[in-house]
Amino acid sequence: MSKEIAVLGAGMHPWGKWGRNFVEYGIVAARAALADAGVKWRDVQFVSGAATMRNGYPGYVAGATFAQALGWQGAQVNTSYAACASGSQALAAARSKILAGECEVALVIGADTTPKGFLAPMKGERPDDPDWVRFRLGITNPTYFALYARRRMALYGDTQDDFALVKIKNAEHGLENPNARYRKKFTAADVAASAMVADPLRLMDVCATSDGAAALIVSSLDYARKLGKKDAPRIAAISTVTPSFATDTVEMPDLATDSAVAAEPRRFRAALPRKAYEEAGIGPEDVSVAEVYDLSTALELDWIEDLQLCPRGEGARLLREGATRIGGRIPVNPSGGLSCFGEAVPAQALAQVCELTWQLRGQAGARQVQGAKVGITANQGLFGHGSSVIVKR
Amino acid sequence: MDAKVKAPVLEGWFTLDERAPHLLGARCKSCGTYYFPKAIKFCRNPDCAGEAFEEVELSRTGKLWSYTNAAYKPPEPYVASEPFQPFGIAAVELEKERMIVLGQLATGTALESLKVGMDVELVLEPLDDGKLTWKWKIAGARA
Repeated sequence: MSKEIAVLGAGMHPWGKWGRNFVEYGIVAARAALADAGVKWRDVQFVSGAATMRNGYPGYVAGATFAQALGWQGAQVNTSYAACASGSQALAAARSKILAGECEVALVIGADTTPKGFLAPMKGERPDDPDWVRFRLGITNPTYFALYARRRMALYGDTQDDFALVKIKNAEHGLENPNARYRKKFTAADVAASAMVADPLRLMDVCATSDGAAALIVSSLDYARKLGKKDAPRIAAISTVTPSFATDTVEMPDLATDSAVAAEPRRFRAALPRKAYEEAGIGPEDVSVAEVYDLSTALELDWIEDLQLCPRGEGARLLREGATRIGGRIPVNPSGGLSCFGEAVPAQALAQVCELTWQLRGQAGARQVQGAKVGITANQGLFGHGSSVIVKR
Repeated sequence: MDAKVKAPVLEGWFTLDERAPHLLGARCKSCGTYYFPKAIKFCRNPDCAGEAFEEVELSRTGKLWSYTNAAYKPPEPYVASEPFQPFGIAAVELEKERMIVLGQLATGTALESLKVGMDVELVLEPLDDGKLTWKWKIAGARA
């Protein structure tokens, strides 16, 4: 039996910062995905929502919240939470239902409304919560991104100019993406003039938090065939593995790595795509386009290496050569990435799959990667969550 | 600085010996894995069923794995003085424990003076709100 499912429709609400109810964004995305798929809401048999933790109870039960807002019609429902990988886990839940024969067509959806400024932990005096502890000591999300960036500079000779090049590239990619929040060109001088956030990373190196929503309509291959969409892009892999003990990198929100006294240290980010390649039965040489989680500019270079698109330490070389630009050997973040979107946590992993869907259909307009056949996503969040999804045609 | 009158920001996370402070970790009696913080009941090594731990003082010197700073005021529960003074942050590799531990950099440490791989040592210093915490300082540098 094939383990693939079809992506019939993709839809998004543009990313921005309006502070409106997240449900409103979600429904716009869901209706766009339904229209794109040519599927009626009544026909959807499973609603798989990605939870948001910042919008109260309706956010914790996002699947039901969206199902109600679209009009209760008796579908099965599920909500997934996995930090930044929530969308991928919601997609995995839909795939499992479909492959188990428990439904034929599903809506996968995530939406968020984010507060201003740094992401902050829950209130109170909670020394048992590592997320609370690190903020108590002044260690924010950009701290971790900056530590990784500095490490690249020391190990591989990357420079702040290289990181700025990532921003310039992604800004150009996202320029004509109607769903991107920031659609403006940047020069190296613009980046260098922006305020330092966490040395060596400046404001232009670090992604913002955004409001936004993304939705997918996915189905069995049989169902796609019946709709006359046998050539629809397919999900060939969804990797949501945990890290393996011991970790080699201090991961958010921890203050320390696992001690590697009794087991060799392993890199979590590299494990995510490795499992995806294995599941899809393909290798990095087959990839035509990648959407990676550029929480910082420097992190995009880590991901390129973790995806094995080049040997370790050569990400910046690939970038300088122009290989990761649209038109290059292996375009990375043709959507503009988080650099142009900002992060809307439960929607972000799905937005990556939306972009790959449009790329593989040849519908990405000015940012089209010519002849894209296989796309891969990579993303990582708090507490050992992450995902890598492969979409192919 | 009088450690006797200063309360630690986190109770039991480090010794209050200001001349030679140590972070307090735990070590699994079965497989030898170290943990920081020490609050652990069940060993997280997937191949170890250890449930017995001893409290250990972690190495108070290590090598700088990476470093950065907080140029913007962090959100609560961080308590910042006004006007906000940026501070450094270090990730330090402890050789014996084979682990990397974060902490602020000692007040006045210039990032330009740092290099990945250099030797650092643990010191105690107050946070902006007066609560004592551990910080990393270039080994041998004057406090």
